[in-house]
Amino acid sequence: MSEIIKVGMADLKTCVSPDGLTTLGLGSCIGIAIRDPITKIGGLAHIMLPDSTAIRNAGQNIAKFADTGIAELVRQMEKRGAVRARMTAKIAGGATMFSFQGKSDLVQVGQRNAEASIKKLKELNIPIIAQDTGKNYGRTVIFYPETGDYVIRAVGRAESVI
Amino acid sequence: MSDISLQKVSETYVDVLRELGNIGAGNAMTALSQMLGCKVDMRVPQIQLLEFKDVGAVMGGEEQIMAGVYLGVEGDITGSMMFLMEQGSARHLLSKLMMGMMPGEGAFTEMELSAMMEVGNIITGAYLNSLSAMTNLKIFPTPPELAVDMAGAILSVPAIEFGIMGDNILLIQSQFFDEVEIDGFFILIPDLDSYGKILGSLGMSID
Repeated sequence: MSEIIKVGMADLKTCVSPDGLTTLGLGSCIGIAIRDPITKIGGLAHIMLPDSTAIRNAGQNIAKFADTGIAELVRQMEKRGAVRARMTAKIAGGATMFSFQGKSDLVQVGQRNAEASIKKLKELNIPIIAQDTGKNYGRTVIFYPETGDYVIRAVGRAESVI
Repeated sequence: MSDISLQKVSETYVDVLRELGNIGAGNAMTALSQMLGCKVDMRVPQIQLLEFKDVGAVMGGEEQIMAGVYLGVEGDITGSMMFLMEQGSARHLLSKLMMGMMPGEGAFTEMELSAMMEVGNIITGAYLNSLSAMTNLKIFPTPPELAVDMAGAILSVPAIEFGIMGDNILLIQSQFFDEVEIDGFFILIPDLDSYGKILGSLGMSID
């Protein structure tokens, strides 16, 4: 029996096929899905903020940031037997839910989250093979490490697979 | 910026924050009642300090479709505020407001969205007015914006603001009802300095 494991906001999980991973209602956050196609080990991180070094007193949760969250996700996948050199990534989310989004430093936090995720993945030499970011609506994502399919659902839109 | 954490603020002053939330929500309900021209009752609001991953569950799941009104707060304190309501509750309120002239299902029309924004504007305005009156601080709302989407997606916006300060989000849930129960959520997001100002104005200090 395969299982779809839920990843919460500012959270990350790994799994092995046939299990899958999901995170619901991504807004300005990013869902980063990473897969090793040989071992079929997959990982999904739901990050909220771009940069852990930009914030003082930021708390203990490293899954919250793109830089520390992605690093930790890769570490946990490697611990399960995934190989970095084979890993590929897909990212989704980073919407602008409200056009002004509060204080000025929060403007386009979705876009900054996407940029930070891309930067960190590049640093780790993990290629991004698909991406669905930006716009102004929320996304639910489901990731299947068996095929690498990253299913994206949104309110009032057709389901898509990237 | 002072070295206070939200965790500390809320543990020590949870009763004060609950009371502020209670009075704020009470005023908001009075405003709503006047607008609708009927009696609106409310329960004592719940105040919750949640981890981000648990936020969706409180609202009936991350995929629950909700209407969220979001606005900035300026003046003596800075930050933002959000009022959220489940889609069905929003429809119910709108149908009351528009005297039943409402198509039932489907996406919201322009007029409905604009009415919903106005409801949010009045509710949050009343809430902030009472906060201002209690604390004697000048608090000005910026024009609100509305989004109708999955709870998780809308909440990511205030969650990110809380994420800058710590690992928790502070939520005030107020249940109000006329014939049917309506779940409304207030999220007030002062920055940490403003927490200090709010509590300080009530004669308390954080250190």
